[in-house]
Amino acid sequence: MAISAIGIIFSNLHEENVPELVRKRTMASILFGGRYRLVDFALSNMVNSDIMTVGLMASNNYRSLIDHIGSGKDWDLARKDGGLILLPPFSDREDHSYSTRMEALVSLRGFLRKRSEKYVVLADTDGIAKMNFKDVIKFHEKKNSDITLVTHVHEIERTKDFMLVNANEDGRVTEVKIAPHVAPKTTAEVFVNTMVLNRQFLLNLVEDAVVHGYTSFDNDIILKQLNSLKIYRYEFKGYYASIDSMASYFKHNMNLLKKEIRDELFADRDVYTKVRDSAPSKYGVEAIVHNSLISDGCEIDGTVENCILFRGVKIAKGAVVRNSIIMQDSVIGANASLNCVIADKNVVITDRRQLCGCEDLPYFIQKGTML
Amino acid sequence: MQRKKQCVAMLLAGGQGSRLYALTTNVAKPAVAFGGKYRIIDFPLSNCVNSGIDTVGVLTQYQPLILNEYIGNGQPWDLDRAFGGVHILSPYQAKTRSSWYEGTANAIYQNMNFMKMYNPEYVLILSGDHIYKMDYAAMLKSHIEKGADCTIAAIDVPMSEASRFGILNTKPDGSIYEFEEKPKQPKSTLASMGIYIFTAEKLYKYLEADEANPNSSKDFGKDVLPAMLNAGEKMFSYLFDGYWKDVGTISSLWEANMDLLGEKPNFDVADKSWKIHSRNPLAPPECIGAEGVVKNSMIALGCEIDGKVENSILGSNVIVEKGAVVKDAVVFANSVIKAGAVVSYSIIDENVNVGANAKIGVEKSDTAEIVVLGRGITVADGVSVASGQKHESNILE
Repeated sequence: MAISAIGIIFSNLHEENVPELVRKRTMASILFGGRYRLVDFALSNMVNSDIMTVGLMASNNYRSLIDHIGSGKDWDLARKDGGLILLPPFSDREDHSYSTRMEALVSLRGFLRKRSEKYVVLADTDGIAKMNFKDVIKFHEKKNSDITLVTHVHEIERTKDFMLVNANEDGRVTEVKIAPHVAPKTTAEVFVNTMVLNRQFLLNLVEDAVVHGYTSFDNDIILKQLNSLKIYRYEFKGYYASIDSMASYFKHNMNLLKKEIRDELFADRDVYTKVRDSAPSKYGVEAIVHNSLISDGCEIDGTVENCILFRGVKIAKGAVVRNSIIMQDSVIGANASLNCVIADKNVVITDRRQLCGCEDLPYFIQKGTML
Repeated sequence: MQRKKQCVAMLLAGGQGSRLYALTTNVAKPAVAFGGKYRIIDFPLSNCVNSGIDTVGVLTQYQPLILNEYIGNGQPWDLDRAFGGVHILSPYQAKTRSSWYEGTANAIYQNMNFMKMYNPEYVLILSGDHIYKMDYAAMLKSHIEKGADCTIAAIDVPMSEASRFGILNTKPDGSIYEFEEKPKQPKSTLASMGIYIFTAEKLYKYLEADEANPNSSKDFGKDVLPAMLNAGEKMFSYLFDGYWKDVGTISSLWEANMDLLGEKPNFDVADKSWKIHSRNPLAPPECIGAEGVVKNSMIALGCEIDGKVENSILGSNVIVEKGAVVKDAVVFANSVIKAGAVVSYSIIDENVNVGANAKIGVEKSDTAEIVVLGRGITVADGVSVASGQKHESNILE
């Protein structure tokens, strides 16, 4: 059954956490898990929750995102009514480019007014999870909540740009803390940058924010109006991968090598992504591949262990690649040796080259580099 | 403005393909899986699109469900067009007659109105049972340059095999003076590939005449082409020198799959200059487990390999459990090879469940024959299936 909700995805937020990966792309278009981009998980969650109108906010660097999304048909979102709607910034003086959630929402007023759906799901692209937004909306309805924040209990790795949430037994949020100082490896309930509001209510909030000159959704709405608004939290209990540093990007990619995590993310549902019509991957006579995730269009003639290979990667004879993430169309030359490396798209590693990073600080090679 | 297409393709996809045994019990031959993620029909459809032909009628008759579902609106081949695109043409009821397609010529005759809708100058006739990459535009160019009424694509075959084909006897300029169907003593080695380009008006004329002839078997090769030749129409051969494989038998289907493997494969399906489009499985990348071994093989998305796979082609979402061995085999999508099972020299259809420690087929040799397990069947744990056996139903002991 269709639900009366639209989705809004913010494709540029949290980019400061992984600066290497967003030099020429948005947070949303960061490659993940062999054949996906981060936005695929948020979009698939929307589609699998029967949300068929999704606005994709993009303020800068979004050429790769447009290329990935196209008409939205690969997500079944090329629709006459709704579907996928790319929302780049206007360039007039009032609605200039935005860098925060609040600024983005201000520029979104027209879109919010035009739609007729009852609810809005706001989601960022810094997390990977199989989330059913229907359940969140049901909870939101049941609690007659103004704002429902989705939270998840996990270890905090970032130092800024996060919000801790405390709630009473009923789920009503009693306290939020924005980027407090926490000891390393602290586990706490964190807002995962996904929330549900009534569309009209959100519109009123944003109008009010414009009038009062509010600039931060977290500070000026959630923190300051915690007692006057009914803010509830919906605790998500499944697997949640927070991409908040290069180390966590590396870790969560590698986590996909665990069957239980793969099953949790991919079983019993589809994760949609752009179709490339690549041929199935080819394994040569001398290929040695263990504990690795291999995407389509690869050609493997060397040794690959504990790796994630994206589409169209070539591993030449005698090359040994371990504990590494090799992105789309990169080529590893003959007898090269790589350990704990993240090679972005179209990287070429020449023959016999040796590169080594470590798990906490993987060696990152920028898109299109030839080494 | 009257809109028209220069060339419309008609793809004959109605055949049963009875020599593929269990593989075509529930699906038409063009919908049989190939090369991990493809179906046979992807090749002629991709050839059409890559040759700039965007209007294709697909004539279906035998078991069309899976084929129709697969083609859908043609979007995977970029054939969802406002004018043109891919259309499924099944037999239909008319005011004065209703009949199944009888022969290739009759099938095209019954869809004359479809072709005329696009007012084409030329019609390309294709079949859905070959694996090849061919530029039909180059063939059309030759047809136009020679001012031909009909051009037949031909491939040079070894003399020893020539008597299995329709053979074209030609003059030095490529014009055909004789057409022999499976001759005992072939005069040439130019075999017809079953790919024809007709000048549309001539095609309509000879189809009408053939339909009116009560003695005709309504077949292009046996009736229409000889009739045109006898009437002195200008018929030319067009020599094709690439890879072309009829996959109408179990052994040729197996061989064509194996032609994708090796350092320099006989057939390069990953060629970016001539992309083979297909409907793509929605699956995560394949995972090769800590104990998995994969050599000289092609593995599609979503596979989970914890056993050993050698010289094989695996479709999407195939599971090979620990200790299982798959060798010299073609396994279609969604099949499961349980722990300890050994699959050798076989073709295993979609959704087959091979039980633990089962033994399917024997090591490939000159005397060994290919085992075929049909769609959706279950092989019980520990069962042995002998060389050359073909099964369509569950094997419980």
